[in-house]
Amino acid sequence: MSGEPILSVDRLSMRFGGIVAVNELSFNAERRKITALIGPNGAGKTTVFNCITGFYKPTSGAMRIVQDDGQTTQLERLNDFRISKLARVARTFQNIRLFPGMTALENLMVAQHNALMRASGLTFLGLIGAPSWRSAEQAAIDLARTWLDRINLLDRADDAAGNLPYGDQRRLEIARAMCTQPALLCLDEPAAGLNARESGSLSELLLSIRADEGTSILLIEHDMSVVMEISDHVVVMDHGVKIAEGTPREVRDDPKVIAAYLGTDEEEAIAVMESGT
Amino acid sequence: MSGRVSANPTASSQATHAPGIAFILKKALISALVALVLFSLMIGVRTEAGPEGQLIYWTRFGDLAAIVAAVFGGSIIIELLRQWWGPVGTVRVVPQPVQSALSLAGRLLPPVLLIFTFLVPVIFYNERYILDLGILVLTYVMLGWGLNVVVGLAGLLDLGYVAFYAVGAYSYALLATNFDLSFWICLPLAGILAAFWGVLLGFPVLRLRGDYLAIVTLAFGEIIRLVIINWQSLTGGPNGVTGIPRPTLFGIPLSAGDDGLAAMLGIEYSPTHRIVFLFYLILALALLTNWVTIRLRRLPIGRAWEALREDEVACRALGINTTTTKLTAFATGAMFGGFAGAFFATRQGFISPESFTFHESALVLAIVVLGGMGSQLGVALAALTMIGGFELFRGLEQYRMLVFGVAMVLLMIWRPRGLIGHRAPTVFLKHSQAISSDLVKEGHG
Amino acid sequence: MDYFAQQLINGLVLGSIYGLIAIGYTMVYGIVGMINFAHGDIFMIGGFIALITFLILVSFGLTAIPLILLIVLLVSMAITALYGWTVERIAYRPLRHSFRLAPMLSAIGMSFVLTNYSQVAQGARVKPVPPIITGGHTLHEGADGFVVQLSNVQIIVVLTTIVLLALFTWLVSSTRLGRDMRACEQDQTMASLLGVDVDRTISMTFVIGAALAAVAGMMYLLYYGLVDFFMGFVAGIKAFTAAVLGGIGSLPGAMLGGLLIGLIETLWSAYFSVEYKDVAAFSILIVVLIFLPTGLLGRPEVEKV
Repeated sequence: MSGEPILSVDRLSMRFGGIVAVNELSFNAERRKITALIGPNGAGKTTVFNCITGFYKPTSGAMRIVQDDGQTTQLERLNDFRISKLARVARTFQNIRLFPGMTALENLMVAQHNALMRASGLTFLGLIGAPSWRSAEQAAIDLARTWLDRINLLDRADDAAGNLPYGDQRRLEIARAMCTQPALLCLDEPAAGLNARESGSLSELLLSIRADEGTSILLIEHDMSVVMEISDHVVVMDHGVKIAEGTPREVRDDPKVIAAYLGTDEEEAIAVMESGT
Repeated sequence: MSGRVSANPTASSQATHAPGIAFILKKALISALVALVLFSLMIGVRTEAGPEGQLIYWTRFGDLAAIVAAVFGGSIIIELLRQWWGPVGTVRVVPQPVQSALSLAGRLLPPVLLIFTFLVPVIFYNERYILDLGILVLTYVMLGWGLNVVVGLAGLLDLGYVAFYAVGAYSYALLATNFDLSFWICLPLAGILAAFWGVLLGFPVLRLRGDYLAIVTLAFGEIIRLVIINWQSLTGGPNGVTGIPRPTLFGIPLSAGDDGLAAMLGIEYSPTHRIVFLFYLILALALLTNWVTIRLRRLPIGRAWEALREDEVACRALGINTTTTKLTAFATGAMFGGFAGAFFATRQGFISPESFTFHESALVLAIVVLGGMGSQLGVALAALTMIGGFELFRGLEQYRMLVFGVAMVLLMIWRPRGLIGHRAPTVFLKHSQAISSDLVKEGHG
Repeated sequence: MDYFAQQLINGLVLGSIYGLIAIGYTMVYGIVGMINFAHGDIFMIGGFIALITFLILVSFGLTAIPLILLIVLLVSMAITALYGWTVERIAYRPLRHSFRLAPMLSAIGMSFVLTNYSQVAQGARVKPVPPIITGGHTLHEGADGFVVQLSNVQIIVVLTTIVLLALFTWLVSSTRLGRDMRACEQDQTMASLLGVDVDRTISMTFVIGAALAAVAGMMYLLYYGLVDFFMGFVAGIKAFTAAVLGGIGSLPGAMLGGLLIGLIETLWSAYFSVEYKDVAAFSILIVVLIFLPTGLLGRPEVEKV
């Protein structure tokens, strides 16, 4: 098993016309750890995500994924679906992108598309109903069932995903990403819109994913309780650059971070902190 | 107990107070006035090339007055209907017993329809007209099922489906007339050629979204037609290809001769034999299309098609190669179109570019959308109603396209999601629940 | 060289006509995001109305050409604009919040209705007219006897186009309506919250597009001397190609695209083959959409994830 970080981002920059959304960002996400990317709105966090997951082509910089067996992939050279397929990076979206017209079970089956395509012999074995296909399909259904059980949606497996309540949809999206059996799971604001109880069970789910599957997690989040509770490492961004990084406690007490969130400058933040408020 | 629930709160253009007679009359008057202006010159005046080549005209004020009056009256009727029926989009809560009955009917309909179709040549053996109509309907059912893979399942807006129909027809015609190959060899070849053409056409354009994909496929369809018309040495140009051999039952011709099927079976020959054979042939081809589609839906490729339609971005995030997925949808649909084209060629014995216009693409697309995208039964019913309806208007030869166009507009306003309002999931743990069309996305190409 | 110059002139004139139609496409696509499949047939209706009006005026003994042209222009613009308004009201507005395919099929249906309607109303045969405007100016007489001509018709077409384009650009940039249009293009909901009458603005967009298409129809009649009920379909696709080539949503782009398409079509017919000129136009559409989807003057769109 490699001791290297699973994801190394090196001087990543993203420019849109004249706007510099991300400026020479460098950070690492450790293997089997939960890394949080936080910062005020507009800091460029989702842009970083989109670069990592292949939806934007970065203007410059490098992103390297190192698998458990040592195999490395340069993400900036891949794009599109290959990042999920070859580099085993999965993601969820800020605005939940489930397949609303398909059931929860079907959503999880789609996630296993590549494995199933191989098993179906590029469809042909499947067309003739070969036994090897049938057992592969059953294994996929079983995996889906396990995940549905884990997120407490087993009794809603046959309901349309678009009909599920918001919190369930969020968990389903995470389960769907996990069905691709990724090495790195990227979550874009998974706790958005969840109440305290729901975000508590989300934290539990993510911790169990880290423990049981050993998947490394990178998440963008605004909900500080979730960040504080589960993160091993926090990276703080503001206006496209990294302004702080460290353990959750270190970052929480960093005046630069407080200043960024309050919209003030550092001196004022230190003054506020020292005055004991 | 039925109730009315308004599902359309944005119906801002509807008056919420009870409209009085004055309102209705005012609306009708405005409509009539608009009609008067619109039709004043086009209907009121009739131009024609005169005997010496110059343009002459005469007036038809009587016709104009009649039409304006009809618009006035029709407007009043529509307004009254609208008040009685509620605004478009009002959801009616259907009582439970009716729902169960409808559900039962829905489950019984496909097998009943299938059995009836099998028996049509038996029931209507002597009515050549009905058999021909049946063959026509089944051809469009097959085309509809083929395009359904592209538009209904994968959500790719294809307005040029007729191109594959044409490739299939011309491939078959040219292979059969030039190389004397039997129908059973030419049919798969035609399908393969059409599929190949689908990949060729699809590859550069499949990254286009929505409307752009639609117009590009339309352009492709037109290019194929123009090339067919102009490449006279290959395709015979506007004269088409004639003398296409009829299909045989694995080598046994269906003719009156001693080597014919009739002689072999010891029954008296009748031209109806060939028609019946063609009927079962297209039925078999259509059922093959149907079976393959249903199986593919349950396989990862079919599920990927539907996922593509639901959310392409999510598909990419799950590692699905959306380009190859779109290409396979395109190629599969093209292949079925090619088969249908080959059948068309052998049935007619003669093909010409006139059969492959944009109108055909629009008609097949209308069938797919009207059917309720993705629904096999819906597409079949839609084909039956549209082609059957088309035939009913055969007497009004020149008005047919007019009626078809009006029907399309009205159907889209009334039922934009099609006849069948739900989607059936392809895999389930406990029980299969139909998903309402409101949730199902329509795809952006 | 002279031959080329002549083709250049012819191409630009044809291109002006395409450009006028293309503006209608690009405006509608910009504001409601749909391809108005019936727009080409609106152009055809405009041509017919111009034809009939012209016939009536001449038969009443009117001989002053400028007066005739002016009346025909105004009448065909007005009536065709009403057609455009009616089509939007009946076939598109009820479907504005529906899913994408419904308005498209409705538009296709409307296109069939208009085509068939004029076929039924006026008979299926092509209607020829004797040249209304004759004469021209010789620009250059080559050594081989080939004469480069600029006919009066061509001058009128180009002048009318320029005037209308100027008028129209002023409308979009400086008037309240133009501002409303641009607001609706960006964000319909927000515009309506700010007091813009979205329904009316969209209707006016269709109306203006139809009026310009009517002018194009009249120009076509003057230039080619005939109308037929099927001319809308092909002209429509070419004009849409022009709109896309220039960058959909961009007005100068539509005119630029129109001119380019007109030039390409004319030069292709002159130097390669006439039969395949439509294929050339359609192929350009495909090539442009593949390699330059935002067109020449359009704005590139970044996909929001």
